[in-house]
Amino acid sequence: MTWTPGDDVIQVMRTPAPGAARGTYRAFGETLRGMKTTFGRMLEKPVTLEYPEEKTPVYPRFRGRHKLHKFEDTGLEKCVGCSLCAAACPSDCIRVVAAENTPEHRVSAGERYAEVYEINLSRCIFCGYCEVACPFDAITMGHDYELSDYTRSDLIFTKEMLLAEPLERTPLRREGE
Amino acid sequence: MNTLAIVGFYEEWWIQILKAVVIFAVGLQLVPIVLLAERKLLGRMQARYGPNRVGPFGALQPLADIVKLLTKEQFRPSTSTGFLFALAPCISILTAVAAFAIIPFGNVQHIFGTPVGLYGVDVSIGPLYLFAFGAVAFYGIMLGGWSSGSKYSFLGAMRGAAQLISYEVSQGLALVGVIFTAGTLSLTGIVEAQQGMWYIVPQFFGFLVFLVAGFAETNRAPFDLTEADAELVGGYNTEYGGGRFASYYFAEYLNVLVVSGIVTTVFLGGWLLPFGIHPPGWVDPFVVLFKMGLMTFLFIWVRATLPRLRYDQLMSFGWKILLPLATLNALVTAVLVVVTH
Repeated sequence: MTWTPGDDVIQVMRTPAPGAARGTYRAFGETLRGMKTTFGRMLEKPVTLEYPEEKTPVYPRFRGRHKLHKFEDTGLEKCVGCSLCAAACPSDCIRVVAAENTPEHRVSAGERYAEVYEINLSRCIFCGYCEVACPFDAITMGHDYELSDYTRSDLIFTKEMLLAEPLERTPLRREGE
Repeated sequence: MNTLAIVGFYEEWWIQILKAVVIFAVGLQLVPIVLLAERKLLGRMQARYGPNRVGPFGALQPLADIVKLLTKEQFRPSTSTGFLFALAPCISILTAVAAFAIIPFGNVQHIFGTPVGLYGVDVSIGPLYLFAFGAVAFYGIMLGGWSSGSKYSFLGAMRGAAQLISYEVSQGLALVGVIFTAGTLSLTGIVEAQQGMWYIVPQFFGFLVFLVAGFAETNRAPFDLTEADAELVGGYNTEYGGGRFASYYFAEYLNVLVVSGIVTTVFLGGWLLPFGIHPPGWVDPFVVLFKMGLMTFLFIWVRATLPRLRYDQLMSFGWKILLPLATLNALVTAVLVVVTH
């Protein structure tokens, strides 16, 4: 039984296959066209970013290495040691040990502060849940992405490291870039 | 006894040796330049920079590559045939250097009153010499592939053998037209015969056929089936490493230079300049080198443009299109030469 195409089947019209002479002529022409293309490319500027010197600009919402924040006016830490970030963390890489603020030793704006705040970046999956969970915007995802190191223990970032400004700023993508 | 070939040299034996050393040194310096030019130009044509870390603008990259290769271990697979495995790259490099000897860089010049021909040897059988060494060069690839004892190398070598045999015929026939017109087999004679017009104009089809066959002879893209890295891991040189691999690489690029030089000599007027410009004799080698550079650029350009042919396409193109075209070209030239004389 042969299959008959319905009315909705579109007939594809093909040109006849070129013979030897015509095929050669066509291949020659196409070759020249391709060579024109490559020559034009040669005159253009390369699109390469020479990485260690030039860095790819990141988007404003890029989720890189975390940052802890302080109040700009008082200099007190925003983190109150509530451990919500540690609870939200799916890879369980945040460790918070809270301590009470005292009038003589006031670190954060709230009642308590984070005595120990460690993020194990070798486990972190950069999902940003900690940022979402934080009620005081104390932790945000920064823009640094060059995080390789020689030992695993070097990738455990302490509170001081997370509070400090990154040594080299990652370029940020401009509007419309 | 018949004379097989007349070697036209005017020089004392010590000038011969000096000339050989100079030409070998020049050829040796050209290879890294071509290597670097290829990588830079390929990079540019693919919208990237190419090597630019070693030295200013990456100029020392070939040097770094050579040092890297020469300091590597001379590895040999246990299935290989020892002395052939070591011999094959030597054959490749020897034939490439030998073929380089006949490229004329200029006519006979008087240097400090001594007549010196600016070429290695001016043999009366120029193109035949070239094809002879081209045929021997095939042993370098074939033995290298076979003695490696690896299926990929063997496949690459078999392809190389078939390809060289198919395209050598067309290459030879493409030159026949030129030889008819020039009436000589000496390469300097062929250049001298192009005083009025370069042979690229009257022998345009011969030029095209020779060029395409030259791409196939040097195993360059789009005819690089011998070393098709995507299918054969690297073809005949899969099992090679270190200095031996460097020799194969060197021979490949020297072959590109040789084909460029032969095309320059036979079709582009050698050291002659157009529009009746007659520069002093010392300019001749630079004219030849400039033309060779243009031809080498074409090789690189084509490599950046064309994808590799399928094996059956390669064979049908060689035998069904290139060979009839070359034969027709030779026949028409022969008739025209007879009619006009």
